[in-house]
Amino acid sequence: MSTLQLVHLNKTYANGYEAIPSLDLEIRDGEFLVLVGPSGCGKSTVLRMVAGLEDISGGDMLIDDVRVNDKSPQQRDIAMVFQSYALYPNMTVGENIAFAMKLRKVDKPTIEAKVAEVAKLLELDKVLDRKPGQLSGGQRQRVAMGRAIVREPKLFLMDEPLSNLDAKLRVQTRAEISRLQRRLGITTMYVTHDQVEAMTMGDRVAVLRRGHLMQVASPQDLYHHPDNLFVAQFIGSPSMNVVRAEVVDGGSGPELKIGAQTLTLDDASLNRIPNLRSMVGRTVGFGVRPEALGDDGTGRLDVQVELVEMLGSELLVHCTIDSPSVRQTDDGIEVGSGTESMIIASMDTRNKIQAGDRVTLTVDTSRIHIFDMENGDAIVKRVDQPVG
Amino acid sequence: MTAAVLPAGGTGAELALTARDTTPIATKIVKKTTGRTGRIIVWLLAGLWTLPTFGLLVSSIRPEDDIKTSGWWNFFTNPSTTLSNYTGVLDNKVSGREFSTFFWNSVKITLPGTFIPIVVAAFAAYAFSWMKFKGRDQIFVIVVALLVVPLQMCLIPLLQLFQWSPLGGGIPAIWAAHMIFAMPLAIFLLRNFIGSLPGEVIEAARVDGASHMTIFMRIVLPLSVPAIASIAIFQFLWVWNDLLVAKVFGGEASNQPMTAALVDMVGNKGDEWQLLTAGAFVTMFVPLIVFLSLQRYFVRGLLAGSVKG
Repeated sequence: MSTLQLVHLNKTYANGYEAIPSLDLEIRDGEFLVLVGPSGCGKSTVLRMVAGLEDISGGDMLIDDVRVNDKSPQQRDIAMVFQSYALYPNMTVGENIAFAMKLRKVDKPTIEAKVAEVAKLLELDKVLDRKPGQLSGGQRQRVAMGRAIVREPKLFLMDEPLSNLDAKLRVQTRAEISRLQRRLGITTMYVTHDQVEAMTMGDRVAVLRRGHLMQVASPQDLYHHPDNLFVAQFIGSPSMNVVRAEVVDGGSGPELKIGAQTLTLDDASLNRIPNLRSMVGRTVGFGVRPEALGDDGTGRLDVQVELVEMLGSELLVHCTIDSPSVRQTDDGIEVGSGTESMIIASMDTRNKIQAGDRVTLTVDTSRIHIFDMENGDAIVKRVDQPVG
Repeated sequence: MTAAVLPAGGTGAELALTARDTTPIATKIVKKTTGRTGRIIVWLLAGLWTLPTFGLLVSSIRPEDDIKTSGWWNFFTNPSTTLSNYTGVLDNKVSGREFSTFFWNSVKITLPGTFIPIVVAAFAAYAFSWMKFKGRDQIFVIVVALLVVPLQMCLIPLLQLFQWSPLGGGIPAIWAAHMIFAMPLAIFLLRNFIGSLPGEVIEAARVDGASHMTIFMRIVLPLSVPAIASIAIFQFLWVWNDLLVAKVFGGEASNQPMTAALVDMVGNKGDEWQLLTAGAFVTMFVPLIVFLSLQRYFVRGLLAGSVKG
């Protein structure tokens, strides 16, 4: 049972490159925290620093309130599952799992009992005498897991452990790892670039971008209340539609001018975004998730349907709207070129919409997001009554 | 319809053409040489290469007079065999000592002369690959740069150093000299191999709680067997066949290996050279056994299943 605290953690490489400027993050006892972000965001670097495989340039790292900055990996009592599994190829499955215990001079009967227990748990009991080379990808992954859990460490670290599995096995293993972690109750830090993994597995998810923590929250909060444009568009698939809009005074209250159209907001929606009243005349990013379009809601937007994708459970309608898209890039907030952009609506499959139609989409205005065009921050950080 | 298809067809033909043109030359060579002609050429080359050794073998069983008066191929028209050359080598006393003394000297020199440098080089190669310390890369460059220093240039300074040190002359001095001369190449080759082991395996062991020593002994060493075996063969052959280093550092005759005994046996003027033929086969015997017994360690795929791929 352990906690991990990162305080002003900094990583600067010898060539002066600052991979992690200053990271503050806390993992609670028994928590499953997922570190997610696009490649090169520094998530693996953080994990390797926690493991002790990478030097810490600044700040503090505390495991159970004890500073471990200068402790070597073997002194930290952590277990790590690597992306490539990193099994010891010259040892059998059993020896792989027992290796760490042998190094700690655990007596033989205990080792054997524990290996047998873990092997049974992970359905490896029939392959204990085989070498890693004779195993399938899924079995290797389980050996790597077994090697980690058999020690009952203070911390589990996992570095994209599912990325080498095929799609079907990945979904299955994803659930297995979640179940295992909850059963063992070991504090876990899990790194992935896949937002689906992050959302399905984590108790909390930390979104990292270029070494900066963008938001850390429960998957649900992250999805419904993104703190900024980056998180809004990174989490969710298809991702959130964000287009340029202007806040105008509609007489009874502020309205959103999107291209040539005006989206009126009812009082309930306006109360959620009280700041909007003081923003008349400003350009903002107007964000709405695909599922908040097309079915219910009081808002109206005219669009041109370009493509309809039938997924069975939902209908993805790609449409053109007369306002450019907005997205967060490394250089800041970028507005798409031209006067049109594509938005996606996720609709009930019973809708009879076809490509080429000109339709009016309903907008659930209680689920819209407004982003500042200068720094990408959400104008309303908390939506009190999430719908969905 | 046809008109629409035509450009696509054109592209396909182009693609096929490019594919033909980019067939690697190596593939072509392999194709040509694995055929019947290829096999015949290989057999011819192998035969040509083995011919001198075969001649030596034939000579070694011919009587002294025949060897000294006619070429070995005359054996087939005028076959007369004898083992006197072999008995001559084995029974002959060189500076008052049995031939077996020198055989055992060779063994005494060669086994540690192979073992010590490989152990030291393996440790060094591990350190150069997986331990972080100041000046690591610079030291490695210096070690590798020593490859260009010719052995002969170091003989006198090294001998002076040894005589001033407790090592003096004798078999331990030969070990030390062989170790020193073998080090740059052995470290260079082993570092290349050990450095290419997957880093995540080493990191996994560190997280599992292994020290550098444990990682080296339990993981790196078992995985490096193919590299170590091939270097061991080279070093063994080099030390076993060596005459110069043993002569310089060995000191008295009782410390000399078989190679030195053979030279003495033939005589200063080379008048007993028929003994060389048999002597060559006597000395060749041990390296042959070593080679054949180490051969099974040249296995590929030791790393299979460790990391993906």
